[in-house]
Amino acid sequence: MRFLLVEDNEGLATAVLDRLRMDGHVVDHAPDVSMAEEFSATADYDLILLDIMLPDGDGRDFLKSHRARKDETPVIVLTARSEVSDRVGVLDLGADDYITKPFDFSELEARCRAVLRRRGGSSSNAHRFGDLVFDALAGTLDVDGVTVALRNRELRLLEIFISTPNQIFSKAKLVDRLFSYDEDVSENAIEVYVGRLRKHLAGSNVEISTVRGLGYRMSKS
Amino acid sequence: MSELPPSTGSIRRRLTLQLMSGAAILATMLFFVVLNVARDLAESSQDNILFASATSILESAAVQGDEVVVDIPYGALSMLGNVSDDRVFYRVMAGPMLLTGYDNLPEIVRGRAEPSGFLTASYGGEDIRMVEVSRRLSLNGQAVDVAVAVAQTRNGQAETVAQMTRVALFSGAGFFLVAAVMAVLTAQSSIRPLNRLAGSVSRRGPKDMRPVAGPVPSEMVPLVTSLNRFMARLKTSLSRSEDFIAEAAHRVRTPLATVRTQAEVVLRRVDRDENRQSLREMIRAIDESSRAAGQLLDHAMVTFRTDHLEREHINLADLAEELVARLTPVAELKELQLVTKLDAGCEIYGDAILIQNAVRNILDNAIKYSQTDREILLEVLKGGERSILRVTDQAGGFPDALTTKLTERFARGVNSEGTVGSGLGLTIAKEVVEAHGGQLLLQNTDRGDGACVTLSFP
Repeated sequence: MRFLLVEDNEGLATAVLDRLRMDGHVVDHAPDVSMAEEFSATADYDLILLDIMLPDGDGRDFLKSHRARKDETPVIVLTARSEVSDRVGVLDLGADDYITKPFDFSELEARCRAVLRRRGGSSSNAHRFGDLVFDALAGTLDVDGVTVALRNRELRLLEIFISTPNQIFSKAKLVDRLFSYDEDVSENAIEVYVGRLRKHLAGSNVEISTVRGLGYRMSKS
Repeated sequence: MSELPPSTGSIRRRLTLQLMSGAAILATMLFFVVLNVARDLAESSQDNILFASATSILESAAVQGDEVVVDIPYGALSMLGNVSDDRVFYRVMAGPMLLTGYDNLPEIVRGRAEPSGFLTASYGGEDIRMVEVSRRLSLNGQAVDVAVAVAQTRNGQAETVAQMTRVALFSGAGFFLVAAVMAVLTAQSSIRPLNRLAGSVSRRGPKDMRPVAGPVPSEMVPLVTSLNRFMARLKTSLSRSEDFIAEAAHRVRTPLATVRTQAEVVLRRVDRDENRQSLREMIRAIDESSRAAGQLLDHAMVTFRTDHLEREHINLADLAEELVARLTPVAELKELQLVTKLDAGCEIYGDAILIQNAVRNILDNAIKYSQTDREILLEVLKGGERSILRVTDQAGGFPDALTTKLTERFARGVNSEGTVGSGLGLTIAKEVVEAHGGQLLLQNTDRGDGACVTLSFP
């Protein structure tokens, strides 16, 4: 996906860019309102992540003119203010959602998915791998013409595997990606989800194999 | 609500009392003036008649041969007889000699030049008013003073005075009554602009800091001017402190977000278990501090707002729906189901932002403490006259002893070990509900597998 990140704090912006690029997203960074307007006028983004307090103005002003231009690109506001006083104003101005700093990237991803789903995501969101067609937005998996609805963790797990096929993921890393940091789960919890995914994949030419002592890998058989 | 300042009494009452005591003094003065005038009038009219009577007797005095003869005309005494049953006395003297009448009537001492004199005296046990007139006649070539004294008891006059006193009393009392009514009305009308000002200021919403613009009497201009100046200062300092909180939150949360994101990035890159463990600890600590900061800010805001609720009509079902939409992505991450059972007709009159905040805190808790793959039920229903919003989870429930303690600030359930949270959520919810005159009820489900938080609004 292609993101525009509007954030004036250099450190945070770099970290967020790193983190999003890690998942294979394309991200442009605008440090202020005028740059953001320039960027959004010249390129098509799937989603804009917008900070509120910016050096040359208020993120809400950008939001207002963004909506006035009839730009349909969804906007998720990154707010560092009080939960209560800010939310109403931001949503009223046409933001699709907001998230409070500091944020969990799984939550950010979940919100992005929800926003894009609401906006009617495009077919380009469908990944193909082997004879699988995987739509992360709709949360569906087509195996051999049969469509299965995936539950949240199955979907996220499949997304991890499918984004870098043939790579081995350790259980520990998968736990970090699937569970929030405040949940105490053992690495064996991953086995449940891998087991479920394997059930969905039965009958396709894609399999998740166990690499003893290292973890799991998805590959075409 | 704020405490009332000590009162130095009512201006209206003071004004009414002052006006009324003025009226009472004036009414008393009126009474005495009328009484005096009446008494003088009664006396002078008696004097006039006495004088006329005495004069007409004196007119009839004449010298016949070598003696003075008086023929008392009938009318002279009858003109005195018309008032009540007063008795009349007379005495006619020619020089030192009594011609006729009562010898023992009191003497009136007067100067030689004065032809007449009046006296009020006591005679035979009764008050009398007496006049004496004199004329000089010539008898045998010698001058003789003929003096006619006529006296009358004062019963009639006393009766007139008593009647006049009654009239004076009634008119004084009437004057006082009219003045008292006017005093009350005047006090009311002069206090009315003050009441109007107080009303217009207290009817304002909590954020309405506009200056008072309506016309006021000139005496109130300094008060309104300083009130307006005070509100301007308050507005500045309020917006300054709001800006300060926003700025503080921004300053704290942005670096926290940076560190958290970097930790996540690094966590993806490192393989060693010890490093990964400390990174996870770090992220948890960040989450805990930012959640605590958020809840403290929420709590401060809730405390501020519960003093001045910004009420509107809220459809609880709509509010619940909006919250569920907002929280579903977070619940889905743990594969939790947010199930709703909403009665669309449930309306309350309250502060939407506060109630939303309260319910969000309860749902946050339910999500936080639930294990994967559970259900959280959000119900909106009518319970008699009350509107009820209930959150039921399957997160293990509250320990019995904790249900009352839980809503006190910072108390946390035992299930919370390892779960991020500052425990302020239920405190916030309780304060919001109670500010709306409602109740917060903590229970465990019948099956004992979860907690049930009920918010009931009147």
